[in-house]
Amino acid sequence: MRACVLTMFFLFQMALPSGARPVEDSARIAHLLNRITFGMRPGDIQYVQSIGINKFIGMQLNPASIPESPVLKSQLSNYPALLRDPVDLFREFKAIKNDTGQGNSGIHSADPGKDSVQRIGEYFHGIGQQYVEARLARAIESPRQLQEIMTDFWFNHFNVSINKDLDHIWVGPYERQAIRPYALGRFRDLLGATCHHPAMLFYLDNWQNTAPGSKAARGRFTGLNENYARELMELHTLGVDGGYTQKDVIELARILTGLGLPLPQASRNQVAYGTAYCFNPNRHDFTDKVLLGQVIHGSGEKEIEEALDLLSRAPATAHHISYQLAQYFVADNPPKKLVDRLASTFQKTDGDIKVVLSVLFASPEFWDDQYDGAKYKSPLRYVVSSIRAADLQPHDLQPLVAFLRMQGQPVYGCLTPDGYKNTQEAWLNPDSVMRRINFATATGTGKLPGANANPPNYLSLAGTVNGGILSPHTQEVIAKAPPQLKCPLLLGSPEFMHY
Amino acid sequence: MDRREFLKVATLSSLTYLFPWGRGWAFSNGKDDADSQKLIVIFLRGAADGLNVVAPYGDAIYHQLRPTIALPGPGLQDGVIDLDGYFGLHPALAAMMPFWRNKTLAFVHASGSPDSTRSHFDAQDYMESGVPGLKTLSSGWLNRLVSQLPSKRSPVQAISLGPVLPRIFAGLASVATVPPNITTQLMAIDRPAVAESFKELYQGLNNDLGKAFAEGISAHHEINEVLSSADDNPPPGPMNREEIMANRGAPTPRKYNAFGQQLAGLFRKDPSIQIAFLDFGGWDTHVNQGAATGQLANHLTPLAQGLADLVSGLGPLYKKTSIIVMSEFGRTAHENGNGGTDHGHGNVMWLLGGQLSGGKVYGRWAGLSTNALHEARDLPTTTDFRAVLCQILIDQLGVSKPALAKIFPDFRPPGNPFLQT
Repeated sequence: MRACVLTMFFLFQMALPSGARPVEDSARIAHLLNRITFGMRPGDIQYVQSIGINKFIGMQLNPASIPESPVLKSQLSNYPALLRDPVDLFREFKAIKNDTGQGNSGIHSADPGKDSVQRIGEYFHGIGQQYVEARLARAIESPRQLQEIMTDFWFNHFNVSINKDLDHIWVGPYERQAIRPYALGRFRDLLGATCHHPAMLFYLDNWQNTAPGSKAARGRFTGLNENYARELMELHTLGVDGGYTQKDVIELARILTGLGLPLPQASRNQVAYGTAYCFNPNRHDFTDKVLLGQVIHGSGEKEIEEALDLLSRAPATAHHISYQLAQYFVADNPPKKLVDRLASTFQKTDGDIKVVLSVLFASPEFWDDQYDGAKYKSPLRYVVSSIRAADLQPHDLQPLVAFLRMQGQPVYGCLTPDGYKNTQEAWLNPDSVMRRINFATATGTGKLPGANANPPNYLSLAGTVNGGILSPHTQEVIAKAPPQLKCPLLLGSPEFMHY
Repeated sequence: MDRREFLKVATLSSLTYLFPWGRGWAFSNGKDDADSQKLIVIFLRGAADGLNVVAPYGDAIYHQLRPTIALPGPGLQDGVIDLDGYFGLHPALAAMMPFWRNKTLAFVHASGSPDSTRSHFDAQDYMESGVPGLKTLSSGWLNRLVSQLPSKRSPVQAISLGPVLPRIFAGLASVATVPPNITTQLMAIDRPAVAESFKELYQGLNNDLGKAFAEGISAHHEINEVLSSADDNPPPGPMNREEIMANRGAPTPRKYNAFGQQLAGLFRKDPSIQIAFLDFGGWDTHVNQGAATGQLANHLTPLAQGLADLVSGLGPLYKKTSIIVMSEFGRTAHENGNGGTDHGHGNVMWLLGGQLSGGKVYGRWAGLSTNALHEARDLPTTTDFRAVLCQILIDQLGVSKPALAKIFPDFRPPGNPFLQT
């Protein structure tokens, strides 16, 4: 019902001739841009003023309505790995592994073990860095900012670490196939896609999850592996207080037995949610299970869909996801009323992320100025917002990649399944503030490696940092500062550390 | 202060913190710092397998429960190093045996959290906050300890290795974060003009960011000064490298490299450093854990070498230092279908220190029969980790009982865990 009212509201706004609408408050727009993009660029506020906040939100919620940037397209064409298929990459990896004599007795090289480890390492690095740079390029350059913001959110939610062996080559397809297409879609689809993707099945070990004593149980496929089942409930759906028990973890692990990696012979694979995988019934437990009090008959692969349906529809899931969205977009400690409203919307729409976000962006809590500038930027947000505010187009992204590593947030590099946090508590510490000031000084004086050689335009930057809204004290200090320090002070200001 | 009061104060935002900016730090240097006791806490994230770190090789059930990953007894091929005729040390930890022999290394087995969550995130949270089961206290116990120490007003009294401040150090007391490879680094803030402008910009900012900025500058200058000062007392050379070679050149996780020597060097050069924290990951061995060699061994070898380097590097300071190695929970007593182990409950804590009554495996050990196990699958927790920490704080750091109550609210130490065998 509420969704209907909102849609009408947007349509009504769009129907008005543009001259009839009052110019919207630039502080309001700055807050919106701070939250639903990776940071303002020069001219962004004026652009939103010209089309109106509601139209802008409507477009961002429907990324297909926004043409992709030709500059970005050209940048992404430097990363051919982005279009590779996981099965194809797997075949290539195996060829390299076998080619360097790993497992053989080293006829050609003095130390075959070391040589093959190095070659595989180089292969992994070569592919992995393409994904890392592409992700930064998109965050900086894409006009579909909300889609990138949500891709980042969902990637962290369904985290896979690039550091775990095959995931070096699989995180790219994982994001392309299982995350970005569903980032503003249905939660149930995200759940299904991530559950079937080899990157996740490998990362959380489900590819080895086997019913003990089943037909194909042998070698490394001998028994139950609870790892994925646990995180599927604890992190991806219900949340740690979502009311599941250790017994439920085991039941879910049994349901997931046999769900594994796609095979090099593509014809033997299945495809679901746009991703290839292989369900091996000979490793599956066909007995009946009881999950969260519900009976799930041992029918085979269908059990997995039933389990995902059950989990995605649980009220605890609606609450868990809503809490995280409210934290991501509003405040580290999100107001309960907002979380409850979002959870209720989530349930009523069966997990329609777009509608939940529309409600969020229309909520009084989202626009409450007690939350203006209240979130502390994660290293990723800090770096990307700096590049955007200074209107830079780096030709080499490696210095940014290195900076993020030093700040403790390497791209795709969160080792644990819970993903990167977005709270002040996680990121604010004395040493990292010093490093940000370092970065701000380099960027502000035109000395950031890989970027333009000239300092940013001061007037343009001053109008863009936090939408030009700076405290009197900040303005005073900058006014007095020597000219070459004005841009560093803007980029290193307390206002710019927050959003 | 009663518990409710304590919780109120502990969760107050640090807007009430008045940083004395402009008056500079007054370091106390010399005698009283050199006499102060040191504490180093090392957290192994991911639930390190305690049953293979200190293995009950003397129990037949241990070998039955772990057909492929149990460590053989001492004297056998790839066997444990005997500790006391029943327990043996994982062979990858050979570098630590000198400290067992000189009685400054001890273990507390079947120790851990009273809360039986098997969630890494919750369990780490509880072990770092020091209030298992309670999620509303936002500070960490190590930060509360810093608040209880006699104030030296040094910005590096407490240091945390790594770019991100961990939960255990969250709170009102200031903690310096030090990059993991502890080297001097020139930053923009070292240029006087830059420093002057930014100090002015952040002047009077009485919130968490303002505080972090001020501490960042102080700590940065202090550490650079310390590391660039003349090296009068080079730390003794590293211990025997054969233990690393024995691992057949397996790659050392980069993070473990040289932490021992570097951390020891820092402590020796700056007597005002009292508390340090570092953590290591990669312990979550669900698949292919290995026994004497393999995944677990690959992490244990460089850790042992680092600890050995740390102890020898501390030199005369070792007498006044306590080193605690802990992990959020242990792993299942039995191995799983993938040559690994799953999340468990009780674990072993490792203790090193000049004043320790070492050369013993402490803790109440009930064996590995099904009825002795927690939920018929895990080592139980028969000693609360806080009991161990409290005893170290009392015996080694001279922390008073009232101060302890503030560090571990809602916990009454049940007695000295080192008086049990």
